[in-house]
Amino acid sequence: MENSISESKVKNPKKEIDINKPKFTVKEFKRQWVLVAISAVYVIYGIIFYYLPLVGWIMAFQKFVYRDNIIQAITGSKWVGLDKFKFLFSNNKFPIVIRNTFAMGTLNLIFSTIAAIVFAILLNEVRNKYFKKSIQTISYMPHFLSWIIVVAIVHDALTSTGIVNDLLMRVGILKQPYAFLGDPKLFWGIVTFSNLWKETGWNAIIYLAAITSIDPCLYESASIDGAGRFQKMRYVTLPGLRPTIMILLLMNVGNVLNAGFELQYLLGNGLVQNVSRTIDIYVLDWALDAKNMDYSLGTAAGIFKTVVSMTFIVGANYIAKRKGDDRLF
Amino acid sequence: MSDISNVDFERIKHKKRMATEDIIFYIFNTAFLLLFAVVTLYPVLNTLAYSFNDGNDAVRGGIYLLPRRFSLRSYQEVLFERDGIHQGAKVTVARTVLGTLTSLAANALLSFILSRKKFLFKSSLSLFWIITMYASGGLIPVLILFRYLHLTSSFWVYIIPGMVSAFNVMVMRTYMQGIPDSLEEAAQLEGAGYMRVFISIITPLCKPVYATIALFVAVYHWNAWFDAMLYNRFDPQYTTLQYELMKLLDSVSATTGGQGSAAQMTAANANTLTPITVRAAATIATMAPIIALYPFLQRYFVTGLTIGGVKE
Repeated sequence: MENSISESKVKNPKKEIDINKPKFTVKEFKRQWVLVAISAVYVIYGIIFYYLPLVGWIMAFQKFVYRDNIIQAITGSKWVGLDKFKFLFSNNKFPIVIRNTFAMGTLNLIFSTIAAIVFAILLNEVRNKYFKKSIQTISYMPHFLSWIIVVAIVHDALTSTGIVNDLLMRVGILKQPYAFLGDPKLFWGIVTFSNLWKETGWNAIIYLAAITSIDPCLYESASIDGAGRFQKMRYVTLPGLRPTIMILLLMNVGNVLNAGFELQYLLGNGLVQNVSRTIDIYVLDWALDAKNMDYSLGTAAGIFKTVVSMTFIVGANYIAKRKGDDRLF
Repeated sequence: MSDISNVDFERIKHKKRMATEDIIFYIFNTAFLLLFAVVTLYPVLNTLAYSFNDGNDAVRGGIYLLPRRFSLRSYQEVLFERDGIHQGAKVTVARTVLGTLTSLAANALLSFILSRKKFLFKSSLSLFWIITMYASGGLIPVLILFRYLHLTSSFWVYIIPGMVSAFNVMVMRTYMQGIPDSLEEAAQLEGAGYMRVFISIITPLCKPVYATIALFVAVYHWNAWFDAMLYNRFDPQYTTLQYELMKLLDSVSATTGGQGSAAQMTAANANTLTPITVRAAATIATMAPIIALYPFLQRYFVTGLTIGGVKE
């Protein structure tokens, strides 16, 4: 971690000269023909499965009708220019979907980062090796469960006979069971909490590794200076975690719009759809709904998502670069 | 004299205060972590209790950590009497085994090429794959493409498209870059070609990172349901375990408002109200293999995540 920081600081002012950078010669090419041949196979594979879908973006500018012959499908579909994009923003359905995606993605990014850091710091303070190990093993468990199972668990816990209603009624906070999953005000909170339940232990792994790589001398000198436990957390551990936090935030900012599919799709219902539907669900509806299927509109929504995500990544990198922090690329 | 004793006294008092502060902190910390463990474990244990309970009795509710009237009936139904789950389990096992092996081989070979320092197209090939991590065509163009490639209504849609993943390649490449060049050079002096170096020198040294990636990919395949719904909705022979579980769980929760429109459509096939104990048994049976294995693989995914997070 510290290594990469100092490296990038060296790199920043002037690109260092790579001694290993190979010179292109016919002899070298012949020597490496095996590597070149295999790479070619990978490039073909990558073009088919990752780059061809980008060519499919032209569908967004057409009134695309599926035909078995691909050439006919493209040439036969009517061009409509930006009509599909105009339609997306002409009613308030898509803006609401964008709002939901942003809101849940941001809530998730902020709270999952904080929860993982807090959990890692608290776990790091545990002295008993076996207790620490057991808690950590338990904390990974939900990560390995599918969203189907996690949603079933959340559903069971929040249903009228579930444990949450049961506890709240025993304590006397509620008189009768409350329909948590039918309340639009609670949906974002439930989604955020479900994400925390599933991933906190898993996300903490990196932070725990980063904490153990902080120089112990720093803690000793802080103790000598009279720093207490919380001061050490504040002035040694947190600054030590800063590079890790920055890298992970940078990596995840581009995923803010992706962090909203399976959970919302499975947990959402008719009562909360105004707050539960995300861009991905919107796209999926246009793809699967047999009655009014519109591939073009779904593609346009998908393009919007990818373009915004890319902007986020580039923007985050730019800000990180200006602030002199580590960059992603 | 009095000065000295004063100082000592102060120090002792200070020490004592620190100690009580420590004790309070430890108590709160332990309590918090225990609460964390309970919140994590309770839902799973509760589901386990339900799965072993008698179906009619369970409707009354009030089952917490232990079954009230023990019965294996639900497991019998889930494991032997539901054709969908049976077929889903077969497909899931097949795709997990085949998918993990092919994906591991494909990712490892690409990582090997990208980690050769002298490779002429190293940086352009890396860029080509890094771009795929961020620029995605989106769900519908991919769906249409797969239709033209005849990958929909087919088992191979689970294996071929996801075989190479740029993220996994970056993790493996970082690990391979840490292997000293001298080993490769020595082998090449002996006349070994690139493939020889890859198979006999790099691969044995990369076992830990291979295990990590294999674990990631296997968990992905085991838990996958969305591709089954999107590409093979009308082909019950290619259903997956999680998708069957979803349909089963959905047929119950449909009464509380239903889920997505597509989910409802598929749930209509399994319209009968599934008893809560059968749901629980299916959930437990589906998660059991992974839950039983992951504690023994901890050190592998810890390594993998740390390499993945600490790139460059």
